[in-house]
Amino acid sequence: MSARGKHFLGVGLEIAVPIALLVIWGVLSAGSKTYYFPPLTDIFTAFKDNWLFERVSSDVVPSLTRMFAGFGIAIVVGISAGLLFGLSRRARIAADPILEFLRAIPPPALLPFAILVFGVGNGMKIFIIALVCLWPILLNTIDGVNSVDPTLRETAYMYGIPWRDRIWGVMLPAASPQIFAGIRTSLSLALILMVISEMVASTNGIGYFVLQSQRTFAIPEMWSGIFLLGILGYVFNAGFGLIEKRVLRWHRGARASALG
Amino acid sequence: MLRVEHLGKTYGEGDDAVEAIGDVDIEVAEKEFVCIVGPSGCGKTTLLKCMGGLLPPSSGQVHLRDQRIEGPPERMALVFQEYSRSLFPWLTVRQNVAFPLRRKKLDKSKAKELVENAVKSVDLTRFLDRYPWELSGGMQQRVAIARALAYEPDIMLMDEPFASVDAQTRADLEDLVLEISREYGVTVVFVTHDIDEAVYLSDRIVVLTPSPTTVQEVLEVELPQPRDQVETKEQQEFAQLRAHVWRSIKRKQEEKKPEAAAAGAAG
Repeated sequence: MSARGKHFLGVGLEIAVPIALLVIWGVLSAGSKTYYFPPLTDIFTAFKDNWLFERVSSDVVPSLTRMFAGFGIAIVVGISAGLLFGLSRRARIAADPILEFLRAIPPPALLPFAILVFGVGNGMKIFIIALVCLWPILLNTIDGVNSVDPTLRETAYMYGIPWRDRIWGVMLPAASPQIFAGIRTSLSLALILMVISEMVASTNGIGYFVLQSQRTFAIPEMWSGIFLLGILGYVFNAGFGLIEKRVLRWHRGARASALG
Repeated sequence: MLRVEHLGKTYGEGDDAVEAIGDVDIEVAEKEFVCIVGPSGCGKTTLLKCMGGLLPPSSGQVHLRDQRIEGPPERMALVFQEYSRSLFPWLTVRQNVAFPLRRKKLDKSKAKELVENAVKSVDLTRFLDRYPWELSGGMQQRVAIARALAYEPDIMLMDEPFASVDAQTRADLEDLVLEISREYGVTVVFVTHDIDEAVYLSDRIVVLTPSPTTVQEVLEVELPQPRDQVETKEQQEFAQLRAHVWRSIKRKQEEKKPEAAAAGAAG
């Protein structure tokens, strides 16, 4: 089969399999009387009633605002601190035990503390999301900056590149493949922590809606929320993948040519 | 123009100290092409990095036009052996060559002109907007040379620049470097472990001893200019010089060996 044919087959499978699964689920659950597994059509109806677009401004927007605020803070703090620790051996040694300790704390254990300090509002949720998302980005940035090829550093030094250009033009691009790997991990964490923080204490948001639906025995609604979260996670990942592919095009090219 | 005085470099301290360079004196005149040869592991790269201000010497000093070198000087460029690691893979050829010009704060059209002329003189104009990893090894090293040229150095240090390309490409690159060093009027200090290459390129050859390094011998090369890969290498004098340098390095290595063995037995 030609490469083109293979490509179309791949895409076809990617689309066909989920649809087939949904059809099977739909057929098997049709007329279901089991309380916890309502007919798929009921879930779709609930999905349409709630998310297209009744609750978009009341739940989806607040949820995503928290998620991306926390995620954004984690990116900025993680990369800046990672640069600092990556460039300075002393700073790295000094910070290492503290970083390792903080990283070892299971994030949900910090929720009570966050509620005490920030209350049950957005502050607490953004704090928790940012704190958890920070580690993969920070550690990957440290590692990435620290392992920039010495020849590259010397080249920049030899040509007297001003320090600002050395950071933006040499260290960050050279470390970017690893930084991106960290950000990718954090993106999934951000979604997870958004849901958890909204389930613990909230008055709106998708996580809150899912838990609230379950508590009020609105099972199709609960499922519709879970569906939405899955779709959001998928879309974010795909979007991020596109950005990564663009930004790191050189990296794939260089690696492919190094492998010959 | 470049003066190395009593340069010494020791790595580590106390009992672990390793003396890489003992005591080296070298003088390089304006527009001269000087090759530094020596047995492998004799601290050639260390010496070159001290000359470039990348490494602080443990003793002695380096002067560039009577200015003591304490960091990379603005009128100096360095071409590394590992071209694939010294070019920035996220920048195109054009951007790579232009990158060091940021230090000089030139206006845009002047910078563009410098870049395009430098790339033209290494014959890569067609590849200006390609990435380094899309090019062959020899072409990548030509990009690194163009980057050094665009920087408008008075002196160019080259650290075994052609050690990792094939023989044919190597010959072409040698001729290219000779040609542009004349054209740009730049002084070149060229480190190599290849004796043929040193004799072919040099106005003068500095032969180093094994580590801890000192200067064993300095040889004038009076082969006619311009050099030619076939004709120059056919000359009697080329063969003599080549043999001379060869023996000089070999003899010193032999002398060192029994010494090292004796030291090992005593220790």
